[in-house]
Amino acid sequence: MAKITMTVNGRQVSGTCDDRTLLVHFIRENLGLTGTHVGCDTSQCGACVIHMDGLSVKSCSILAVQAAGSSITTIEGLAKDGELHPVQAAFKAHHGLQCGFCTPGMVMTAVDMIARHGSGLDEATVRYELEGNICRCTGYHNIVKAILAAAAEMGGARQAAE
Amino acid sequence: MYETNYHRASSVQEAVKLISGAAEGKYLAGGMTLIATMKQRLAAPSDLVDLRHIAEMKGITVNGRSVRIGAATTHHDVASSVELEAVCPAICALASHIGDPHVRHMGTIGGSIANNDPAADYPAAMLALDATIVTNSREIAAADFFTGLFETALNDDEIITAIAFEAPAKAAYRKFPNPASRYAMTGVFVARRDNGDVRVAVTGAGSNGVFRHQGMESALAGNWSPDAVGNVSVDASDLMTDLHASAAYRANLIKVMTKRAVAAA
Ligand SMILES: Cc1cc2nc3c(=O)[nH]c(=O)nc-3n(C[C@H](O)[C@H](O)[C@H](O)COP(=O)(O)OP(=O)(O)OC[C@H]3O[C@@H](n4cnc5c(N)ncnc54)[C@H](O)[C@@H]3O)c2cc1C
Ligand code: FES
Ligand code: FES
Repeated sequence: MAKITMTVNGRQVSGTCDDRTLLVHFIRENLGLTGTHVGCDTSQCGACVIHMDGLSVKSCSILAVQAAGSSITTIEGLAKDGELHPVQAAFKAHHGLQCGFCTPGMVMTAVDMIARHGSGLDEATVRYELEGNICRCTGYHNIVKAILAAAAEMGGARQAAE
Repeated sequence: MYETNYHRASSVQEAVKLISGAAEGKYLAGGMTLIATMKQRLAAPSDLVDLRHIAEMKGITVNGRSVRIGAATTHHDVASSVELEAVCPAICALASHIGDPHVRHMGTIGGSIANNDPAADYPAAMLALDATIVTNSREIAAADFFTGLFETALNDDEIITAIAFEAPAKAAYRKFPNPASRYAMTGVFVARRDNGDVRVAVTGAGSNGVFRHQGMESALAGNWSPDAVGNVSVDASDLMTDLHASAAYRANLIKVMTKRAVAAA
């Protein structure tokens, strides 16, 4: 057993878990933050994407002990004072989700993508960077639109999706 | 996943010490291969020694045309290194096409090379760049390092600390990615030195892992152009056949990827 401490959504949290506990299970079961999902056991779907020390990672493929001492942001950490994050708002406005299962991972991926590319973000880049996120419902078009719109609104993209 | 004991090392020396005290220890770098394998119970190390917090194993130094990449440097950091881009953009491009952004944020060059997956990208670069694999105890030429499928010259508990190479005059990598996994169904790294020496290394295709293609190398040494590749014969008998592609299909991909790489270099 390990006793670990990390910062999650700006708050310091501690917990006890097996060394083999996956970060996603620590987040969901120990911390009760169930927005982060598990959609596969092959590290391919991206439903579990969170940010660790500012970069998007798959929390199903990292041990909780590996994340000890780090700073984590989950989907629950995006909205501020009851206001949706611009990426969340764009997913809503552009119908970037149907069942919503992939959405937390998609949104966390989008936030990371916009942070890294800023004004360089175009449609081809968005599609390429969604390689690690699978959606079984939407057909991706509206997800891409939502990300481009959010990037534009956040002062990132050169052109917004119409 | 079976039970395991996690340890975090802060120096190479400490990592070696931690693993020597373990029954069946394994180094843990990005975990993008190892954790997945443990989840499937295909690996069950008694102990894991985390290398991600060893400062001396991270970072990229470029001195003239001499390049040194710490083994714990992530694919993302290789892909986005401005210094590296200036002398060897081919390796940055290669790193930027590994897996997906999340895998690139965790996966490391040392982990990829130590794992020597027959479809991994970096091994082709190491062979074509004539790289040196630096470990805690010695330096190994890439030519002697990759010994078979998932097999390397590393001894038990030996740690890769860095890789080093001289940037060639021209180089490029082209892969035909598996549409689902993005691993190479065939990938070819070409490199040409100022003295005319050419290396062509192929991954994803050989039934014994990464290899150099001598026929391509001599054709390109005589004439560095995509046209030189057309008449080179590629023997399919040592190539893999699996559910993704037949050996004959891979033999053709080797030609096509070599042409594309030379055109891009
Ligand atoms: C969805 C997905 C897609 C991927 N796509 C690709 C792709 O397109 N191309 C590609 O090449 N790879 C791909 N990979 C693999 C990825 O590049 C891994 O990061 C890499 O193979 C292993 O690196 P790691 O740092 O994660 O190593 P780990 O998983 O931590 O370790 C792998 C092995 O290497 C050993 N090891 C690690 N570091 C060292 C060291 N410094 N010295 C000695 N031994 C060490 C470990 O003990 C273990 O046996 C993909 C992975 C995933 C999950
Ligand atoms: S749960 Fe599918 S990639 Fe993490
Ligand atoms: S909205 Fe259902 S999986 Fe993406």
